[in-house]
Amino acid sequence: MEQIRVHGRGGQGVVTAAELIAIAAFFEGREAQAFPNFGVERTGAPIQAFARISDQAIIVREQIYRPTVLIIQDSSLINTADVFAGSDKNTKIIINAPDSHRQKLKTPSRHIYFSPATAIALKIFGKNIVNTVILGAFARYTGLISLESLEKAVRVKFASKGPEIIKKNIIAIEQAYRTDLSPDIINQLTAGRD
Amino acid sequence: MNNKKQILEGSRAIALAIKNISPAVISAYPITPQTHIVEDLAKFKADGEANYEYRRAESEFAAASIVLGASATGARVYSATSSQGLLLMTEVVYNIAGLRLPVVMTCANRAVSGPINIWNDHSDVMSIRDAGWIQLFAADHQEAVNQHILAYKLAEKLKLPVMVNVDGFILTHSYEPVLIPTGQKIKKYLPTYRPSDGTYLNPKNPVTLGAFFTPDDYLETREALHNDLRNSLETIKKEYQVFQRAFRAESANDRNHKNDNGLWTYYGPAKPKTLLIAMGSAVGTLREAIKSNPTVGVLKIKVYRPFPAAEIATVMARAKNIAVIEKAVSLGQAGPLYSDIKAGLKPTAIKNLNIKNYIVGLGGRDFTQKMIAAIIRDLPRKNEIIKFIGKI
Repeated sequence: MEQIRVHGRGGQGVVTAAELIAIAAFFEGREAQAFPNFGVERTGAPIQAFARISDQAIIVREQIYRPTVLIIQDSSLINTADVFAGSDKNTKIIINAPDSHRQKLKTPSRHIYFSPATAIALKIFGKNIVNTVILGAFARYTGLISLESLEKAVRVKFASKGPEIIKKNIIAIEQAYRTDLSPDIINQLTAGRD
Repeated sequence: MNNKKQILEGSRAIALAIKNISPAVISAYPITPQTHIVEDLAKFKADGEANYEYRRAESEFAAASIVLGASATGARVYSATSSQGLLLMTEVVYNIAGLRLPVVMTCANRAVSGPINIWNDHSDVMSIRDAGWIQLFAADHQEAVNQHILAYKLAEKLKLPVMVNVDGFILTHSYEPVLIPTGQKIKKYLPTYRPSDGTYLNPKNPVTLGAFFTPDDYLETREALHNDLRNSLETIKKEYQVFQRAFRAESANDRNHKNDNGLWTYYGPAKPKTLLIAMGSAVGTLREAIKSNPTVGVLKIKVYRPFPAAEIATVMARAKNIAVIEKAVSLGQAGPLYSDIKAGLKPTAIKNLNIKNYIVGLGGRDFTQKMIAAIIRDLPRKNEIIKFIGKI
C-alpha cells in the first residue's frame, strides 16, 4: 500500500492535492482513499492531508505515520514542523524548493526531488498556487498515477470552476511533469524499473 | 472492481443518497463537520436537480422543529447536524420520538464544548441516546449510504425516528469509492411514503398529535415507546436482510450472514482469545490492526439503540478478554457502550469474562494501530477497568 502525506499551509490546497491523487488512482482502477487533518481553521496554519493507494480495499483510517511518499508544498515548513516524521531511506520526497535546500533536510531518505513548482505557478497563474503543479512532479517522479488520470481528476474535481481554470492547471501540471530531472533522479527511476 | 462505483467525499455520498431517496422537506442549519452534506443538498435544489423543499432555518432548534412539523403532516423529511447543533435540537429530538414521527437525521459526530473542539468523537449523540430514536452507526461511506436508505424503511415502517451516525471529518471529509443506488432502485425498496389516515395532521381528518398526558397515562405511553423500540430489533434484522437482497452489489463488504445479522458484524476467528468491540469508523483501523493476529476478533456494533444486548452477548461468549473501545464517556461513570454491554450480561457471564473499557479518539485524537496494540497488551493485566488511551 502506498501512503502519501502532503504538507502545506491552510489556503494552499493541501487537502485538494491529496484528493486529486486518490481520484486519479481510482480512475486507474485502483483502491484509493484521501482525508485531511485540519488544524486550526485559518489561512497559513500548517496542515496535512493523506492519500492511500492499494490494490485491495483500504480499511485503515489512522493518519499516515510511515509515508512511502511525502509532498512538501511549502519549503518554509522544513524548519518549523516535523514534516519528515516517519520517513525512511526509501521514502520518496517531493519538495517545492530550489535544490540548494538539500543540506538542511532532516531525513534519511535517498530519494528527494526538488520541483520548481512556485516558479511554474507564478508563470501560469500569476500566484503561488502549487498544489496541482507539484502533482505533475508527483506523477512523474513516483509513477503512481499517470498524467492522463491526473488531468482527468482535475477536470472532474474542478468542473464547477470553469474551463479556463482547468486549462491553466493542466498546463501547469504538464510543465512540472516535463521539467528536466537531475541525473541522480533519472538513475533512481531507471533502477526502479528494471 | 470499481465498476459502477464513484470516488466521493463522504458528505457528497450521503447527500446523493438523500437526493435519490427524495424526501419532501429538508431543513438544516450548517455546522462543522455536517456542513458539506447540507450545502450539497441545497445546491442540488438550487441547480434544479431535486424536488424537495429546502427550508433554511435560523438555528438547529428551528431546523428540527421544521422537520417535526413537516413530518407531522405526513411528509418524508430529512435533517443533519453535529455537536452543539444536536444539543440545541435536544428538546425537539425528544418530541420527535414522543410523537412517533419517522424523521431521519444524520449526525456527523463531533465533540461537544467546552473546551470548544470541532473534531470527531461520539459525545454529541450520546447526549440524546435516551430520547427514543433508533441509532445506527456507519463505519465507511458505503455503510453510511446504505444505512440512510435502510433508515427511511425502518422509520416509516416502525413509526420511529432514526439517526444515522457518521464520524465527523473521518467519514464526512474523506474520499473513497462508493456506490450510490439510483433513485429508481431505491424506490423499489422504499416506496413513496403514504402514512395511514388518522396518523398525521390533515384538515380533512383532524387529529391531535402530542396531547397533554396526565399521570394516569404518561407512564404507559413511555412504556409503549420503550417496548416498540425493543421489539424493533427483530424488524431491523429482517429489514436488513431484505436490504441486502435488494442491493446485493452495494453490500459486498458484509455479505457473510453468519457474521452479520444487521445489528452487528463480526470479523475474526471463530473462537477469539480477545474481542475488541467498537462502533463507527474506528472499526476499519481495528480490522487492519488484527489482520495478522489469529487470536483477536473485532465486533462492529451497527445498531446502538435499541441496544442489542443479548445478540452482543452471544459473540462475547466466544472470547475471554474483551475490550470495549469507544469515543465517548459518561463523565463520572464510564463509556456509555461499556455500561450498556455490562448491563446486558448475565451475572455468570460477567464473572467469567475480563471486560475493560478504553476511551479513545476524544476531540479528534487520531485512533492508531499503535494504540490498538497497546490495548491488546493491556487487556489481560489486572489494573484499572476504565482507561483513557491518549498518547502512546
